[in-house]
Amino acid sequence: MTDGYSEKVMEHFANPRNVGEIKDADGIGKVGNPVCGDLMWIYIKVKDNKLEDVKFKTFGCGAAIATSSMITELAKGKTLEEALKITRGDVAEALDGLPPIKMHCSNLAADGLHAAIKDYLEKTGKKMELPKIETEDEHSEHGLSE
Amino acid sequence: MTRQVYMDHSATTPVDSLVVEAMLPYFSENFGNPSSLYTIGRQARRAIEESRQKVADLIGAKKEEIIFTGSGTESDNLAIKGIAYRNRKKGDHIITSSIEHHAVLHTCKYLETQGFKVTYLPVDKEGLVNPKDVEKAITPQTILITIMHANNELGTVQPIEEIGKIAKEKNIPLHTDAVQTAGKIPVNVDTLGVSLLSISAHKIYGPKGVGALYLRKGTFVEPQLHGGGHERNLRSSTENVPGIVGFGKACELAKGRLPDEERLAGLRDRLIKGILEIKDSYLNGHPVKRLPNNVNVRFSFIEGESMILNLDMKGVAASTGSACSSTSLEPSHVLMAIGLKPEEAHGSLRLTLGRGNTQEDVDYVVSVLPEIVNKLRMISPLAR
Repeated sequence: MTDGYSEKVMEHFANPRNVGEIKDADGIGKVGNPVCGDLMWIYIKVKDNKLEDVKFKTFGCGAAIATSSMITELAKGKTLEEALKITRGDVAEALDGLPPIKMHCSNLAADGLHAAIKDYLEKTGKKMELPKIETEDEHSEHGLSE
Repeated sequence: MTRQVYMDHSATTPVDSLVVEAMLPYFSENFGNPSSLYTIGRQARRAIEESRQKVADLIGAKKEEIIFTGSGTESDNLAIKGIAYRNRKKGDHIITSSIEHHAVLHTCKYLETQGFKVTYLPVDKEGLVNPKDVEKAITPQTILITIMHANNELGTVQPIEEIGKIAKEKNIPLHTDAVQTAGKIPVNVDTLGVSLLSISAHKIYGPKGVGALYLRKGTFVEPQLHGGGHERNLRSSTENVPGIVGFGKACELAKGRLPDEERLAGLRDRLIKGILEIKDSYLNGHPVKRLPNNVNVRFSFIEGESMILNLDMKGVAASTGSACSSTSLEPSHVLMAIGLKPEEAHGSLRLTLGRGNTQEDVDYVVSVLPEIVNKLRMISPLAR
C-alpha cells in the first residue's frame, strides 16, 4: 500500500541519489527477487578500506527505490566495518519509517550493501565478520511479522 | 497547477450531481423509516420502490426481482452462500473461474472450508473462460455456476450468454458479477440467461455503500442477514434510503447514457495506441471483447507501484496489479491466470476511463507516460 510513505521516502523516490552502475566496481551485491517485485543491485568502489563510491540499480516499488537511494547516502565515505553495521532498521529510520508491509520485502538495501562488501572481500581474499544476508535464493519467504 | 486526470473509474466513480440532488431530501427531510406506517415512512417506502424499478429497468429485470444490499461484495456473498446453503441437500459443487473478483473468489474459498467443492476454471491468455470448460466441469452435484460478466482488471467480457444456455440446459442457476458491466455495456438478465446478478452503485456514478442482487423469480437463496425481515426477508436491515434513491437515479442516468460509453471506446483505443508506441509495452486482456473504458498494459523491466506514484506526481490517478500496491504480496491472481510471469504482472498498469475524461486527458497521459517509463528503466537492473 502506498499510503503511509513519509515525505522523505517520497523525496528519495522522486529524486533517487546515485543511480547507475559502476563500470569497474570492486564489489556488486544482488538481492531480492523479481517474483516478489523487488530486485536490487548495489555497486561499490573501495579505496583505503573506505567506500569511495556506492551506486544502485533497482526494480521495485517506491520503498525499494527510496531505500536503495538512502543506503548509498548512508554508506558513502564509511569504512567497511562501519558499512557492515548499517542495518535495515537504520535505513528505514533514516527515511522516517516505512509502512509495515514494506519492511520485509522492499527494505533490502542494507542486505544489498552487505552483499556487495562480501563480493569485494571474496574477490580480494580479505576476511571480515559479515552479518546475515538474504540473497536472491533465500528471499522467497513472504513474512509480514517484521 | 498540474493537470488532474482521474483514470481509475473501475475502482470508483464520482457521484453525479443529479444523483446527489436526488439523495439529499432523504437525509434530514424525508428521513422516515420505510417500515413506518405514517406519512414520511410511506414516502420513504415509495422512494425505495421507485428506485427498485429503475434498477430493474437497467438490467431488463422485474421490480420484484431486485434485492437491495450494502455493496457488490454483499450481493456476491448473498448469491453464492445463499444458493450454496439453500441447496446443500441437492449438491455441494460450485463452478467459478480463476479470475473472479475477490468478493466471489474468497467466498468460494470460504465455502470450501464448509465442505463445498469448487472448480476454478482456467482462462486463456486474453482472460476468456471457455464455455466448453464450464460444460465439462458440471457434475450431478453442481448447484451453482458463477462467472463474472467482465473482469475488473483486464476488462475482458465473458461469453455469459453461451454459459447461460449451458446452465439453462442443465438446470443449474448461473450467477454473474456484473459490477463492471452494468451501465457500461447493455446488460439484460434474459439475454444473458442468468438467475442471479450482482451490481453496485458506486461504479456507475452512484453512492458507495449500496448494491443490488437480481434474483430471478423461482430462484431461492438462504438469507445471510437475519433480523426484521426487510427485502422480502432476504436482507434484514433498515433500508439505506438515500443510498437506494441515489442508486435508482444512477441507474436511470446510466441507461440514458449508454450510447456515451461508445465515446469511451474511441478514447480507449486512442490511449492504447498511444501507450503501445512505448518500446517493450504490451496490452493485457482481449483486444476486442473488452469493456469500452478499460486499458490494461504492461511494461517490461519496471514495477507498477513506482509507475502509479510517478503518475500521481503528474496528476494522473491509475492502478496496477503489482503486489507492491496492495495489502497482499502476491501479484494479481488475474494477471497470473492469463499466464504472465510474476515480473511481467508487476509491470502492469490499469487506466479506466469515465464520463469526465476527454481526449485531452488521454493525450496528456500518453505524453507523460514515456518519460516515467524511461526514468524507471534507467533505475532498473532488468533493463539492458
